[in-house]
Amino acid sequence: MWTAFLFAAIIAGTPLLFATLGELITEKSGNLNLGVEGMMLMGAIMGFSVGIWTGNPIMAMIGALLAGAAGALIFAVLTVSLRANQVVTGLALTIFGTGFASFMGKNFVGKVTPPAIKSFFHAFEIPFLSDIPYLGPILFKHDVFVYFGYLVILIASLYLYKTRRGLNLRAVGENAAAADASGINVTLYKYVHIIIGGALCGLGGAYLSLVTIPVWQEGVTSGRGWIAVALVIFASWNPTKAMLGAFLFGGLDILGFRLQSQGIQVSQYLIDMLPYVATVVVLILSTRNNKKEDRPPQDLGVPYYREER
Amino acid sequence: MLRIIKREDVSKRQSILIRFIAILLSLVFSGVFIFILGFNPIEVFGNMVIGALGTEMRIKETIIKAIPLIITSLGILVAFKMKFWNIGGEGQIIMGAFAATYIALNYSDNFSRPVVLILMMLAAMITGGIWAFIPAFFKVKFGTNETIFTLMMNYIALKWVTYLQYGPWKDPNSQGFPKVANFEVNAILPSVFGIHIGWIIAIVLTIIIAIFMNYTKKGYEITVVGESIDTAKYAGMNIKMIVITAMLISGGLCGLTGMIQASAIEKTLTVSLSGGYGFTAIITTWLSNLKAPFVLMTSLAFAVLLQGGSYIQIAMQVPSSVADMIQGMILFFVLGSEFFIRYTIGLKSKEVA
Repeated sequence: MWTAFLFAAIIAGTPLLFATLGELITEKSGNLNLGVEGMMLMGAIMGFSVGIWTGNPIMAMIGALLAGAAGALIFAVLTVSLRANQVVTGLALTIFGTGFASFMGKNFVGKVTPPAIKSFFHAFEIPFLSDIPYLGPILFKHDVFVYFGYLVILIASLYLYKTRRGLNLRAVGENAAAADASGINVTLYKYVHIIIGGALCGLGGAYLSLVTIPVWQEGVTSGRGWIAVALVIFASWNPTKAMLGAFLFGGLDILGFRLQSQGIQVSQYLIDMLPYVATVVVLILSTRNNKKEDRPPQDLGVPYYREER
Repeated sequence: MLRIIKREDVSKRQSILIRFIAILLSLVFSGVFIFILGFNPIEVFGNMVIGALGTEMRIKETIIKAIPLIITSLGILVAFKMKFWNIGGEGQIIMGAFAATYIALNYSDNFSRPVVLILMMLAAMITGGIWAFIPAFFKVKFGTNETIFTLMMNYIALKWVTYLQYGPWKDPNSQGFPKVANFEVNAILPSVFGIHIGWIIAIVLTIIIAIFMNYTKKGYEITVVGESIDTAKYAGMNIKMIVITAMLISGGLCGLTGMIQASAIEKTLTVSLSGGYGFTAIITTWLSNLKAPFVLMTSLAFAVLLQGGSYIQIAMQVPSSVADMIQGMILFFVLGSEFFIRYTIGLKSKEVA
């Protein structure tokens, strides 16, 4: 029973994993994009509609990626080039994305993921790894996208902490003026990473609408984008911790359903509250701890521009 | 080379003109977008205006949509002025409605109509205030991110009312249909000139908030905290108390909106009662440049957009969410335009040392 639960938690947590990592990379560049929910929804509807039109899973994912990136581009232009307030711009992106998804999705409500895409996302076992006792059946009997998630986390960790570019990126987020003085193109770094972040959010949204909840419904993300923003704080800006957080919240997401199937009598609506209450608790606990390496990037939310002389 | 120069002085006329151009551009872009999605933008916009202002009935509907927007925006304004990003308006509205409903269901028969209504308002304002106080408390205590906190409070409120509607508060007389019992006449707001009395409340509150923000010590302190925490500290202000007070006002106003929507519109408690006003109010507040009198104007304009949006859904089968997209688009352009109010772009002069 535990194996089945943890297995399902990973599937439920995978959209969160992508969104959380996307926001994490964005924040490393010093920009706080609160439009995650909007970008996820844009990715969700693009992925779903391209999936319905073409029946091609790769095309669907590329569509979702581009939609998320497009949303992030709007954010980048407004906050990096035009120095707009990051909080309000992020909110605007969420409002826009929600409207966009609901508008585009009007005719899809109740439609199901096409079979060609379903079969593409069929689970398969990774030889040897899936034989590891306990962990194997939980981690290595998934569909290709979950494995892609592991890979992306690995790449992101290596990129951030082991490469020159990753170091530059962190410098931009910590102290943009110093980074600029040392010859790093601050604007370019911010643009690139905000857009990559948005693309990841879009992918997370598409996995949600194509695999986790394979029927289109309005507001399919139901606040997961915001949970992702909180998870970045929970993960103290560390990709590996972000993955653990995402799976933990994936577990909370499906807990009510599991409890009911075990015959435990609890109101579904109260159980549905759990992820949100847990987010609040996590938020409070993680802001209380003040360890040095757990700090947010120092210039997070501060717009940067060279002073006029 | 282009260079960006900070504007020393921007006249009021100039800044209004820039905002106006931004809104115009956003409508043009929305139009292009609507066209790409396969509709005739001129027809869509035309029908939206007709749907919102075409007949006396529709104008009344538009005003009824403006009322919750105005009151919620005023609440958001107080928080935003302090740079406290309260995006929990939805939750505060829902919790206000919940408290008002509790009074309406249990005490309607015990008191006269004015007393019941005033009790409902007080309960709603207190509960909405508490819902805003919780994130404010943790913000001043630990520096918790208020944006995510207030947003999570929305979902918790929503699930709570869903639980009540499907569970303990389900009306036994509704033949199994999951709804809360309808209010008795005593708990329903009266109408003046064919529109429920909320419009008078909205106007009075606008005046009160305008005076509060501009002519009282507390209002001034809120502005200072928003401008610069350091200045506020240096001036010896009790920042924690100011944040808490402002958020109590903010949540209280949103809670009052909940009472008005429950009492005058739904005449019961429903999960959909907040209707996205908590989010739309963020835009109307920002567009008002955080000034109470302008809130009236932006809220009315957005009520036209909302009412027009729901009209074209029926008249043209265009999803009403087109209004949401236009809202987002307007906000993008206005945010972008603020750059051109603060800076001007000129050619790089050669004399720069």
